Amino acid sequence: MNISAKKYFPIFVLPTLIAFLISFAVPFIMGLALSFTQFTTVTDATFVGFDNYIKAFSEDTGFLSSLWFTVKFSLISVLSINVIAFSLALLLTRSLPGTNIFRTVFFMPNLIGGIVLGYIWQVIINGILYNFQYSITSNESFGFWGLIILMNWQMIGYMMIIYIAGIQNIPTDITEAAKVDGANSFTTLFKIIIPSVMPSITICLFLTITNSFKLFDQNLSLTAGAPSGRTEMLALNIYNTFYGRVGYEGVGQAKAVVFFIIVALISLIQLNITRRKEVES
Amino acid sequence: MFKKRVLSFILALISIITCLSLAGCGEKDNAAQVYFLNFKPESAAAYEELAQKYEEEKGIKVKVVTAAANTYEQTLKSEIAKTNAPTIFQVNGPIGYDAWDDYCLDIKDSQLYSFLSDKSLAIMDDGGVYAIPYVVEGYGIIYNNDILNKYFALKDRQTEINSTKEIKNFESLKTVVEDMTKHKDKLGIKGVFASTSLTTGEDWRWQTHLLNIPLYYEASQINKDTDPTLNLLDAKNIEYKYSKNFENIFDLYVNNSSTAKTLLGSKSVADSMAEFALGEVAMVQNGNWAWSQISGVKGNTVKADAIKMLPIYTGIEGEESQGICVGTENYLAINKNSTKEQQKASLDFLEWLFSSSTGKKYVTEELNFITPFNTFNEDELPDDPLAREISRYMNDNSLKSIPWVFTAMPSENYKKSIGSDLLDYVQGNKTWDDVRKTIIDKWKDESK
Repeated sequence: MNISAKKYFPIFVLPTLIAFLISFAVPFIMGLALSFTQFTTVTDATFVGFDNYIKAFSEDTGFLSSLWFTVKFSLISVLSINVIAFSLALLLTRSLPGTNIFRTVFFMPNLIGGIVLGYIWQVIINGILYNFQYSITSNESFGFWGLIILMNWQMIGYMMIIYIAGIQNIPTDITEAAKVDGANSFTTLFKIIIPSVMPSITICLFLTITNSFKLFDQNLSLTAGAPSGRTEMLALNIYNTFYGRVGYEGVGQAKAVVFFIIVALISLIQLNITRRKEVES
Repeated sequence: MFKKRVLSFILALISIITCLSLAGCGEKDNAAQVYFLNFKPESAAAYEELAQKYEEEKGIKVKVVTAAANTYEQTLKSEIAKTNAPTIFQVNGPIGYDAWDDYCLDIKDSQLYSFLSDKSLAIMDDGGVYAIPYVVEGYGIIYNNDILNKYFALKDRQTEINSTKEIKNFESLKTVVEDMTKHKDKLGIKGVFASTSLTTGEDWRWQTHLLNIPLYYEASQINKDTDPTLNLLDAKNIEYKYSKNFENIFDLYVNNSSTAKTLLGSKSVADSMAEFALGEVAMVQNGNWAWSQISGVKGNTVKADAIKMLPIYTGIEGEESQGICVGTENYLAINKNSTKEQQKASLDFLEWLFSSSTGKKYVTEELNFITPFNTFNEDELPDDPLAREISRYMNDNSLKSIPWVFTAMPSENYKKSIGSDLLDYVQGNKTWDDVRKTIIDKWKDESK
């Protein structure tokens, strides 16, 4: 078995490995290197040391305010998405008529691309706000809540499917035993269902946190940072730094590296914490 | 076991074939000697056709790629790093040249440069010529003469002005516009001016084009003997003393608009042009490139011969002799890093485009360009109402055109922050003084 696995390694793993190297590892290392340089295109660069990192934080390029906005956004959207998705999953795992149709319907928004969703919601939100002589750019809180609604609408269905799979995997003997022992639905939920679906919670939290932090398309098409960059999230801020000013490509790159470290750190900590709570059923 | 081996062999074979065929695609591209990265999405179809014509005539393949609106810099950045990089690309003026100077070929000895009627228009650096403008454009206040005439025919209008010829300064423009707003129901319009589009990316008519006017007057006073654009390029600080004049015209646009102030943040340029084309408004600030947008609107009611243009008056002394804003931000450059053959083929293509009869026909009729080249006769001009207005103003010796000094603005970020400030201003979150401060401070920050 071991020998044949070795023998077939080039055939089965190599293509994926090459693809991984070309499309992930090489760009990642290049990006890291470029953050220490000044460049116009990725093939010509001059080394400038930590200059870009200093500029990224010290100058008024909106990095810190974007970071704060992103953190606020992520907190609220992660909470609301997971709570709503889990409640829906609970509802749709009961033997009610039409659950399959509802599952499909809730999942569908996830199949639409972010840019399209952003424009659709821009039209919807503006359509409502027009009645009060406002538009989505009138106030940053409109943009903020618009993004939250949009993100919820898109992600809930996906997370719901994961939770449904988790709930359906709970062995029925446990729930039946609980019922026989006289546990009410509240106790069943907190003592049996939630601990049993901990693996699903881990993955759902991971997906929502990283997706909220990395949100770009939806942000670009819904508000594009208006008014005055007050609804600009980190990814969009990096993009604007990169293309907004000659000689600032490296600063954008430096911000991207910082961004990567933040997202990686937060998701690693989250994975560690929630993994510890997982139980063997 | 044998079967497995055969299977794995077949799989390996398939993957090798795929790799080869992908590489094959890459090679096909190589056959294109000329690769033109086009800036103008509205001309994409015309360029494609042109490339085919050229291949039929000369047997040389021209590849045309068009960057989507507002993404030229991004596209160029990624395309030029490729092995098959564009051989012809575009820079948007002296600031754009700064970013790409390592890639621009010196084309001082080319025929294309010799075509240029005014040699000073080219971008020069240390005695070399690196980029050549290929189209002259102009902007001002486009108006619908039918609606204006309707207004002048009104019995109860309260102005002394009897025709658009008498609108010669900001004062007269303002009185006419404000009186028209009072009579807008009678005139059948929603507002005098089309929406002041302030969505991010749709605000260039204000943060770039309109700001050009106060900046020009300031720049021409820094040193009267030198070119105002060069004056601005050297300026590390600006005084921005015509802030009041910018406010004059901007307020006039916003207060007499078809759209409420608070909704301007959701309007695009296309929205404004559609309002104008449908006859819902009488005036809109834009340039001759907008003709395709006006004529392309379904069910448009504005007649081609009723479309005229006025200079943008802001209340600066002596503006009676001011013309429209004429200039260019479209400069062609040849890629220094492409092969000698490619460079020659690229220049040949451009020279063919701007001097052969087929090429010139496309330039005037399909691309609608007014070119700065002496290979074009006076009767070889595009035949759309806005281009005709531009030529009329350019040929009127009593009026002085305003050059496009905005090509000296320090960065895209600079324009962007002014755009966001203007949006905040109309929505009441910032005062005009805040906008003024941004215009001055950001200039200093961004030109460091």
